[in-house]
Amino acid sequence: MPFGITFDDIRPFIAPVIYALVIVAVLPLMAGYIVLLERKVMAHMQARMGPMRVGPHGLLQPIADAVKLLLKEDITPKNADALMFWLAPLLSVTMALLAYAALPFGPAFQIADLDVGLLFILAISSLGIYGIVLGGWASNSHYSLLGALRSAAQLVSYETAAGLALVSGLLLGGTLSMKGLVEAQDQQGVWFIFIAPFSFFIYLIASIAETNRAPFDLPEAESELVAGYMTEYSGFRWSLYFLAEYANMIVVSGIAVTLYLGGWMRPLSAVHMHIFGLPYELLDLLPALIFFGLAAWCSKLALRQGEQIQKLVMFLFVGMFLVLGAVMAWSLTSPSLMPGIHGAFWFIVKVLVYLYGFLWFRFTFPRYRFDQLMKLGWQFLIPLALVNLVMIGIAIVLVQQSGWPLAIAMIAANVVTLIVAFWLVRQGDKPMIAVLPAEDELPDVGPGEIR
Amino acid sequence: MMLDSILFYFFAVLAVGSAILMVTRRNAVHSAVFLISTLLATAGIFLQLQAEFLFVVQIILYVGGIMVLFVFVIMLVNLDVAVRQMKFNRQSWVAGLLALVLGGLAIVVFRSGGGAFNLMASPVTTMPPNAEQVGTVLFQKYFLPFEIASILLLVAMIGAVVMAKRKI
Repeated sequence: MPFGITFDDIRPFIAPVIYALVIVAVLPLMAGYIVLLERKVMAHMQARMGPMRVGPHGLLQPIADAVKLLLKEDITPKNADALMFWLAPLLSVTMALLAYAALPFGPAFQIADLDVGLLFILAISSLGIYGIVLGGWASNSHYSLLGALRSAAQLVSYETAAGLALVSGLLLGGTLSMKGLVEAQDQQGVWFIFIAPFSFFIYLIASIAETNRAPFDLPEAESELVAGYMTEYSGFRWSLYFLAEYANMIVVSGIAVTLYLGGWMRPLSAVHMHIFGLPYELLDLLPALIFFGLAAWCSKLALRQGEQIQKLVMFLFVGMFLVLGAVMAWSLTSPSLMPGIHGAFWFIVKVLVYLYGFLWFRFTFPRYRFDQLMKLGWQFLIPLALVNLVMIGIAIVLVQQSGWPLAIAMIAANVVTLIVAFWLVRQGDKPMIAVLPAEDELPDVGPGEIR
Repeated sequence: MMLDSILFYFFAVLAVGSAILMVTRRNAVHSAVFLISTLLATAGIFLQLQAEFLFVVQIILYVGGIMVLFVFVIMLVNLDVAVRQMKFNRQSWVAGLLALVLGGLAIVVFRSGGGAFNLMASPVTTMPPNAEQVGTVLFQKYFLPFEIASILLLVAMIGAVVMAKRKI
């Protein structure tokens, strides 16, 4: 080998590089299908059918959309700052993809287990804001600039609450490594959502606000700002922004799943049930059964298709589910592969459940006004997160130093947090400036003041 | 290690080059972007020294927090005026001369100091996770300075709020 590099030097890089390639290749496809899922869920919540034309039940719609976006004309506005206009979407999507480097999809399937894994993901995903801010500025358009400003203000406001919520989760885990957090939940035998529900709740709201999703999608509010920071973008660059948004959604879901929902662990992982003398646990059969059930359901749908080609496409999906089910069933027989494959399955299932929450909120809540958004962030979430952090810290000290049972200490801490939450809500209902005198009665501070 | 040297020179050139570009750009937003790139390259060098906590904190605080506010403010400023203004005054040759003298002095000191500078590569052994070490040092050895600094920041924050807002 040239430069004196031997095979042993590059051996540790082989598996991470393959994982990274798989993630970069699969992620756009996954984002496309999440868009389809979103449209389908929205349609069903509004008693419509959703996409039905391209492929059976719209199953090929993401591919058609991707081809359309790639073939569209790529426009750069005449007065735009060309370099920044080119750089901004790239920054957005690069930072979104970089965050996957530390996300544990399973006990084996992780690119790098960093000692500061959670902080690394937070740091990298906070850089994605530059894509939005610079893109909005470079477009040289008022809608774009306003969208970018809103986005920056919103992210700075909600990052504090999200960070404080994550710290209280970290206190329970006692480590910053993503892998270590899941192992801590495994050892303590409980997912952290059950002992720190308020942290999860605050992180849920803050993560929706950070990814600019409805009901916090003010940076791209179409009724006020056309499309916010993306107004001047078209074609491929626009699709990069979209990819970054969905990639970020998966990242924040991954953080929440790792920290609060047990990561790659199977639900009820402490329960061991055996039936019919089978050597496998009952709940370990679930992944295979789910895929075989999906295959059966899809073949039922396939038989109903009128067109021959639609039938064929649907049967392709049946085949895919059968193969996945077979992989799940086969991995049961191999003790070395089973934790990795089943771990990745449960991780992705949990991420999808969390993402379903995103969609559900989007279609059931109206958009916040900007002052309401700021009030929720600064006057409710941040104080609540601070109180919650202190309470969880006290509870941990009581458990570790005074030997209290974990359940009692945590229930006490959460009850106090709940009371504070109710008090904050009541305070929020009161008008803020009712007791102040009118504007002209205020004392004059002197010349040169800024009102 | 070959790879270490390549990475170090990559980050070093990136840091210095972006720093120069940051000073010479006319557009304030471009300057801010090059400052971000300098800070990121510095973070990369921290990571090479196995100070992963510093690496992450550098990105979260400086790049993800402070620079976002910088860009936020720059975007609100009218840039057309700044672009037309002269950026360097006429004494720049004095500064250049002084920089040359200082550089020469540094080289002389370095040459005559000889073995006093330890220029060996950092040991390749892996260090224990240093998030805990930073926390221990900060909260045990330097507890009082840490608290004084945080009170100072709190006072500054309250002062800023009071100055910016008349009705509280």
